[in-house]
Amino acid sequence: MSILTDDKKEFLALKANNIRTSIIESLVTAGTGHTAGPLGMADIFTTLYFHILKHDPQKPDWVDRDRVVLSNGHICPVLYATMAHAGYFPVSELSTLRKFGTRLQGHPHREYLPSLETSSGPLGAGLSQAVGMALSDQMDFGPNTSRYIYALLSDGELEEGNTWEAVMLGAKYKLHNLIAVIDRNNIQIDGYTEDIMPLEPLADKFESFNWHVIVIDGHNFEDIVDAFNQAQAVFGRPTVIIANTIPGKGVHAFERQYEWHGKPPTAEEGKKALMELRTLAGKIKSENE
Amino acid sequence: MLNPDQKLNSKIFDLQVEQVPIRDGFGQGLLELGATNEKVVALCADLVESTRMNLFADKYPERFVEVGVAEQNLVTVASGMAAMGKIPFTSSYAMFSPGRNWEQIRTTICYNDRPVKIVGSHAGISVGPDGGTHQAIEDIALMRVLPRMEVVVPADSVEARKATIALASTGKPAYIRLARNKSVVVTTDESPFTLGQANILINPDQPEVAIIACGQMVHRALLAAKKLQAEGVVVSVTNLHTIKPLDTETIEKVAHEAGAVVTVEEHQVAGGMGSSVAEFLVSGRPVPMEIMGIKDLFGQSGEPAELLDHYGLAVADIVEAVKKVQKRKK
Repeated sequence: MSILTDDKKEFLALKANNIRTSIIESLVTAGTGHTAGPLGMADIFTTLYFHILKHDPQKPDWVDRDRVVLSNGHICPVLYATMAHAGYFPVSELSTLRKFGTRLQGHPHREYLPSLETSSGPLGAGLSQAVGMALSDQMDFGPNTSRYIYALLSDGELEEGNTWEAVMLGAKYKLHNLIAVIDRNNIQIDGYTEDIMPLEPLADKFESFNWHVIVIDGHNFEDIVDAFNQAQAVFGRPTVIIANTIPGKGVHAFERQYEWHGKPPTAEEGKKALMELRTLAGKIKSENE
Repeated sequence: MLNPDQKLNSKIFDLQVEQVPIRDGFGQGLLELGATNEKVVALCADLVESTRMNLFADKYPERFVEVGVAEQNLVTVASGMAAMGKIPFTSSYAMFSPGRNWEQIRTTICYNDRPVKIVGSHAGISVGPDGGTHQAIEDIALMRVLPRMEVVVPADSVEARKATIALASTGKPAYIRLARNKSVVVTTDESPFTLGQANILINPDQPEVAIIACGQMVHRALLAAKKLQAEGVVVSVTNLHTIKPLDTETIEKVAHEAGAVVTVEEHQVAGGMGSSVAEFLVSGRPVPMEIMGIKDLFGQSGEPAELLDHYGLAVADIVEAVKKVQKRKK
């Protein structure tokens, strides 16, 4: 059974391709920043902002909007690119990434870009803030809240104790209005997560902490949509979507290499990457014809 | 000798003067806020009774969050709640919050500009028998260096109640420092209190030295002033309950009326209230100054009074510091 029409799938795939293109362009212009994580999360951000979220880019302070908390702030090139393509600010502004006077700070700062829900950078504190938001809504509206709180986390930051404090509290208060997504890309700055600090069995860990767990392919749009739909239907427990992703996804040379965690492409590497993305866009279009 | 405008407790110099833990005033203030401000919520890290948050938690259980022994989560969850329009008060011992969770306070509260109130109880060496691990004597420094953070150190339980109520409506992050032990109630319900406005408790015409104190050191400063008066030395005494934003106008006035300053606090000399006063004075017209506090040491077990005396914060020490700074004038 297909939960997305072919047209919708093509729309999301092309949008994600545009977002990846913007990520590469902004990183090359900035000459600094993280490459692998943003590319790996492009499909999930696209699905969230172009299919799942209740939001209005023209009214970023709309009270009833869903909330998105990006915990691992260093992947903000994907957040910025997605927000720009969704209409929060001009796509051309992405070229100011990390430069003096920019609204697009190296790590997100809501004082500079008020449409952000939080500022982040130091790891392990995003889930707690999302827990606070979800808890606040349940205090005000009881179990039937009208909006969801989405927390986007990296796998590496699960090594932070603060994350597990939040995991416990989310279960204690039965925050089914809280949906966490873990970017399970298996890399962090110093190497592969299982070498630095083994996280597996990750799904079992969350299950034993009384969370509803969904494991998906983070590049399959139907999987992603299905997971969010399921998560929204869960009652009495928060949900974590463990999204298996390929760091650097979309550009062959950057894929699965932890070396690409924290550096930007050079102009030459960027050029090749953009060419590859253009070829991919052509393939997506022809497949749906 | 007391400034009548301040309407202080008339029994300040009596041995039988009323003594109440400063933290009690916080508990009372928060309880009152429960009735007057529905946005106020309370979060605690397993120290509900010790921090006197139990008064609020018992009456408003639906607005109370117990996070367990998890101070990093305490303040970050509060940040999330503030993002949804709540005014969260978070309580623990000062050693753990803001002692353990400083970066979370910096990023998710100050950098994020969320009006979370950090309530640090059991601050200072007056914690007593629990010993050095539990005696936060670095907290003022930790909090006042953070942009946007306001820092309040009430002199007694009455002032703690007023400060708690006032902080709920500032719309800004704040740190309020409380003490465990019973201490003299210096002020009264009628005493004036405005955040950011220091109170001159003894305001003589021609002071020779200005004493500036905060927390329960305010009472010791008053006792020292009385002793000095008997010896013919006239001093002013100022209660600097708000360390940030600093009431530079009052500091300027008392410092230059007297021409010398002694600051007294239950905190490390480095980075505390005295440092804050010195930073201000040195950039304008500096006067000779003695900063009294803990001299780069950790605390230890003992009774509050004996510890304060041991670490150089006895009334006699204040008297001596006044005489010392007086000699440095001219």
